[in-house]
Amino acid sequence: MSDTQPENLPATASGSDAQTPGPEVIDQREGMFGVRGTGDTSGFGGLRRQVALPGGTPKPYGSWFDGAAERLEGLVGGDAIEKVVVERDELTLHVAREHLVAVCQNLRDDEALRFEFCSGVSGVHYPQETGRELHAVYHLFSITHNRRIRLEVSCPDSDRHIPSVVSVYPANDWHERETWDFFGIIFDGHPALTRIQMPDDWPGHPQRKDYPLGGIDVEYKGAVIPPPDTRRSYN
Amino acid sequence: MTTTDPYAAPASTRDTTEGKVFTVTGQDWDSVVAGLGDEPEERIVVNMGPQHPSTHGVLRLILELDGETVTEARCGIGYLHTGIEKNMEFRSWVQGVTFVTRMDYLSPFYNETAYCLAVEKLLGIEDQIPEKANVMRVLLMELNRISSHLVCIATGGMEIGALTVMTIGFREREMTLDLFELITGLRMNHAFIRPGGVAQDLPPGALDKIREYITWMNKHLPEYAELCNANPIFKARLQDVGYLDLAGCMALGISGPTVRSTGYALDLRKTQPYCGYETYDFDVPTWDSSDSYGRFRVRLQEMWESLKIISQCADRLEKMDGDPVMVADKKIGWPSQLAVGSDGMGNSLDHIKHIMGESMEALIHHFKLVTEGFRVPAGQAYVAIESPRGEMGCHVVSDGGTKPYRVHFRDPSFANLQAMPIMCEGSQVADVIVAVASLDPVMGGVDR
Repeated sequence: MSDTQPENLPATASGSDAQTPGPEVIDQREGMFGVRGTGDTSGFGGLRRQVALPGGTPKPYGSWFDGAAERLEGLVGGDAIEKVVVERDELTLHVAREHLVAVCQNLRDDEALRFEFCSGVSGVHYPQETGRELHAVYHLFSITHNRRIRLEVSCPDSDRHIPSVVSVYPANDWHERETWDFFGIIFDGHPALTRIQMPDDWPGHPQRKDYPLGGIDVEYKGAVIPPPDTRRSYN
Repeated sequence: MTTTDPYAAPASTRDTTEGKVFTVTGQDWDSVVAGLGDEPEERIVVNMGPQHPSTHGVLRLILELDGETVTEARCGIGYLHTGIEKNMEFRSWVQGVTFVTRMDYLSPFYNETAYCLAVEKLLGIEDQIPEKANVMRVLLMELNRISSHLVCIATGGMEIGALTVMTIGFREREMTLDLFELITGLRMNHAFIRPGGVAQDLPPGALDKIREYITWMNKHLPEYAELCNANPIFKARLQDVGYLDLAGCMALGISGPTVRSTGYALDLRKTQPYCGYETYDFDVPTWDSSDSYGRFRVRLQEMWESLKIISQCADRLEKMDGDPVMVADKKIGWPSQLAVGSDGMGNSLDHIKHIMGESMEALIHHFKLVTEGFRVPAGQAYVAIESPRGEMGCHVVSDGGTKPYRVHFRDPSFANLQAMPIMCEGSQVADVIVAVASLDPVMGGVDR
């Protein structure tokens, strides 16, 4: 927790200095205890805070990031990379989904980039980000240059298609199946996109935010404790 | 009342569009053979597992056999899926440690460290972690590498019939777990490494026990080499089995002892050090045969290297008596120290006396930090560490709240298991067991 930002105060929408652009507001957090529609007399019910993720970073990015980003842009064209985010010494490239396979191919094969090791894909669901609700996050590792890079691809919930990169990184076979299983992202071109963790006939995709955690009340000495997702908790 | 015994029913056949399908569920072999009819089909699909003593946990192998030869092999996983990643989204950041430690249950400290390093990266407190906490993390991780490799070698030995390897393997593992119990209070599922440091200082007498352990291991580790290294039966079962070269490893994202058995010293402790690994003196053992025997030799040698690191940790800890083990920032560090009381481990009595009888502010602080927890700045981080099985990655996303927005583990067992078909197809059924054992998948980590 940073000392510059007092605890429990609304985050400011604009960045503090001109160098870093403002964070991207994706949601509004209301109240303090996750309570809705009851007589919350604490006063915290009226609290409004913005949920904001780090926004795009302008050039120069620093370190080896500039060279790699420029090299990649030269190879795949400028419109493939929608946004570059540098946060906590990690480089994230937001890639347009139609260019994903070409980007991966070049990242793997180009001598200056050479990201030969794919650590898999992780899904993230942002239900409030209309038009780009589902994100697939790829982590690539260049053993040659000892660097890591993150690719982030988004797709709308109404059109949940992202091209598969199994043709470039066979390692992603199971990882893409897992992300399909948990988030419902369809990886076009995957050799056998079937469920991997959940049973074949399972309805829904469990790690989406609109999928309830589930659970039953626990009764102990007369008191009833609701399951964690319906329990009163800080938000 | 009559009951039907499904196993007493005769083996049945039925015609499908794919041809004649013959279902066998453990009947008398004569009736099985008789049921095949006049024109027996050579192609057999066998489900091995998920409950099978030699598949390393609840792993289901689907093997297509032509006689004794495996023509196609696939894995069925998910039998141990417990939704840990989903559950963590409903608990505080500190509670998350309790979940991740249960994933890969043979290397709990690696799960905890990967998660904590990722959370610390989001918090921006990587430089504030006390030196003693880092040394203790390294100590526990290296002890854990030994115990994990011992289980791999022990169960791998048991699966090929080398029962002595199993009994001595579990004997040494027990010594390691005793140390875990002494330091963390638990043999498994410790939740000891926390965001900001570790839960507890070393108990009195721990360093002596660690030195005793090093002496014990120095005496007993050579037994594995004497039993196995040149044993003709052991070598016959392992050599050239489960072959996977470096190109295959890179394509399939394989890391850990499997890639090191191809002769390439890929080790994140050396290339991307964390927790101060760059300050320790150790080597990365490799082998050049790319087979199961090579992986065994790599693991054996890695235990010696871990022992070297443990000894260096003990030397450092000796000079750090009384140093802090949790970050100084009171807004993050867990407020209470633990102590062993008459009913087991719990909050120390001094702390309870302080918050209940002396300081209202301390009580409020304790209550806020324990119930609400701390907020983590929005963003995402990926941290990878070298677990006994390879690259253990943790991708953490925060939306600025008191709970993780998303936590994803790139578990090396999950990634490595993808190599099972390429290692097994074309070999014999008995070699499948050896190949899977040489990958050392832990299903708790695969399924999460």
